[in-house]
Amino acid sequence: MAAPPQFEHARYTQNRGAPIPAARQSMGRALIWFGSLGLLAMILLQILDATGTLPIGFENWRPTLYAYVAWAVALGTGQVLVRGEPGWRALFVLPAALFTIAVVVFPTLFGFYIASLDWNLSSLDGPKFFGFGNLVLLMQDPFYWNSLLNMVYYVALVLVEYAIAFGLALLLNADIKARKFFRVAFLLPFMLSPVAVSWMIGKSMLESRFGPVASFLRDIGVESPTFFSSPWVARLSIEVMDAWMTIPFMMILLLAGLQALPREVVEAAKVDGANAWQSFWKITFPLMLPVSVTAVLIRTIFKLKLADIVINVTSGGPGGATDTVSSFIFRVYRDRSNVGYGTALAVFYLIAIIIFLILMLRVANRLTRNVTDQ
Amino acid sequence: MAITFDDKYAESKANRPPNYALMRVLIYGALLTWTFVALFPLYWTLSTSFKSAVDVTQGNLIPWIDFQPNWKGWRSLGLSPDTIFGISTPRDEFIGRFINSIITSVGSSMLALILGSLAAYGLSRFTYKFGFMRNDDILFFFISQLILPPVVLALPFLVLYKFLALLDTYPGMIFIYTLTVLPIVIWIMRDQFNTIPRELDEAALVDGLSHWGVFFRIIVPIAMPGMVAAFILSLILTWNEYYFAALLTSTNAKTLPVMVASQTGSQGISWWTMAALSTAAIAPLAIVGIMLERYIIKGLTAGAVK
Repeated sequence: MAAPPQFEHARYTQNRGAPIPAARQSMGRALIWFGSLGLLAMILLQILDATGTLPIGFENWRPTLYAYVAWAVALGTGQVLVRGEPGWRALFVLPAALFTIAVVVFPTLFGFYIASLDWNLSSLDGPKFFGFGNLVLLMQDPFYWNSLLNMVYYVALVLVEYAIAFGLALLLNADIKARKFFRVAFLLPFMLSPVAVSWMIGKSMLESRFGPVASFLRDIGVESPTFFSSPWVARLSIEVMDAWMTIPFMMILLLAGLQALPREVVEAAKVDGANAWQSFWKITFPLMLPVSVTAVLIRTIFKLKLADIVINVTSGGPGGATDTVSSFIFRVYRDRSNVGYGTALAVFYLIAIIIFLILMLRVANRLTRNVTDQ
Repeated sequence: MAITFDDKYAESKANRPPNYALMRVLIYGALLTWTFVALFPLYWTLSTSFKSAVDVTQGNLIPWIDFQPNWKGWRSLGLSPDTIFGISTPRDEFIGRFINSIITSVGSSMLALILGSLAAYGLSRFTYKFGFMRNDDILFFFISQLILPPVVLALPFLVLYKFLALLDTYPGMIFIYTLTVLPIVIWIMRDQFNTIPRELDEAALVDGLSHWGVFFRIIVPIAMPGMVAAFILSLILTWNEYYFAALLTSTNAKTLPVMVASQTGSQGISWWTMAALSTAAIAPLAIVGIMLERYIIKGLTAGAVK
């Protein structure tokens, strides 16, 4: 997530304990082989059953899931039997790794496969191979490109969130009373459910007839204020809600950064006669760059997942002005049950954001390197 | 931005800059303004749950002065004092969803904490080599899952869960929520384990404990604050999760956010009922959050500052 991972290499590399008997090792190997064969056999049986070649009558694919779990246990036990102490150590990482492979890597690869299908879950005909057909459709889908463009706007607004969060962090870092109260109050929106906030702010406070914000705007002379009828106002209203919930996260990160600043450097600047404005831009801001980059990066990653508020407040309206990629695909599935096309859109999005984040990391590295070099 | 360090490092009153009083006013003014921004929506929701139709349309704000609070919103949920012991279908529905939310969020946070702590401990203490992957690569493999937007997994999971008969079940929801928080848990816990000196492990190893013995008897008790932080943060994220729940649950495992969302969608639902429902949905985590605030901060800032 944040700072680049640093590794002090562990010292326990020496093999402890007695050499492992050959019989135990071969038993372990047999166990792994047996488990793997069992898993493969189960998959094969289920495929044969599913295609109707060998009707066994499985109700669902759960047997394969159980076979995977059994294989995982066999692999873990086998590791210990074959390798002894290093095997025990491998057991720390194996469960998480095997879990991740099962629920992230495999479904993602499966997603690439679905993306090449023309598959409507609600129609009676099963999946048809479609190749790059979905990609061609995607290229011609103005609503999808519109939602991608909206993501650019939303991501750009992260910088505004960052500026506000930095300001709040500075406030909390100043010499104030009741710091803990303010910190808790500022952090509270972070713990709320986006769906509840969709109602609390989006549907009630920003309601155009008797929502408090509309009443207030009328009082100060805005005629018939609405928040979700013109594209830019609607987009900003969504952004305000999202920012309200997530600014606390960046604020806390930046506050931690401020509190870790070396005191002497800041004081030295004061002695040199720098005023507060100068010492902020010359000292505090550059020193805070690594933390800032981390905060903006993580926030961007989460921003790219924005969906819940849009789904619940505007459903992408007006005219797709507030649509995010996630909320658009949500509706593609909800309204048309089109799994193949929806997954193709999602996979395309994944590739796009990976490229975007790699570029962003490059820029981030350059930014922070300049600071540390000085 | 003039507030930066002026106050913090002013040694005595004599040293204070001439505009000191003005600065204080500005700082506290800004603090109070944002406190209002942060808390008003909560106040609005809570107070609306005690309003009746007239008070809503007139935009009355202050109870007992502007409007007379009543239990209308809570009564429609079956949670007001006079209906709490009666029979109430909305309350049964609400409690059912509430329990579903607890089962899926606590279950997945526990699972993520167990899997994540083990992996993080391993990665912070031992040198691994799985094929071409070294420790750094394994860590990156875990953390990079954070980038994956839910939308990429949602539809494949819909299809896979259909095949596996896991749609709308607790285990199905727990698995998918675990994967969404596992990278965060691994990140926080590795940071936590890295702060525990290795000499401790070595001493315990010399005393004859195995690596697993060291982990459970020595390391886990010391790493407890980090574990609480990781658990609370996972709990917040999974309790509030909507996207997967909306696509993958229908009747059995439907969680609270899905219920709240389905109510907002329906026309003609009264504001006081929605306000009461929203309050009830956010209250548990708001309370947990206020009480365990320092753990949340610990979790959020893990590894961010050296």
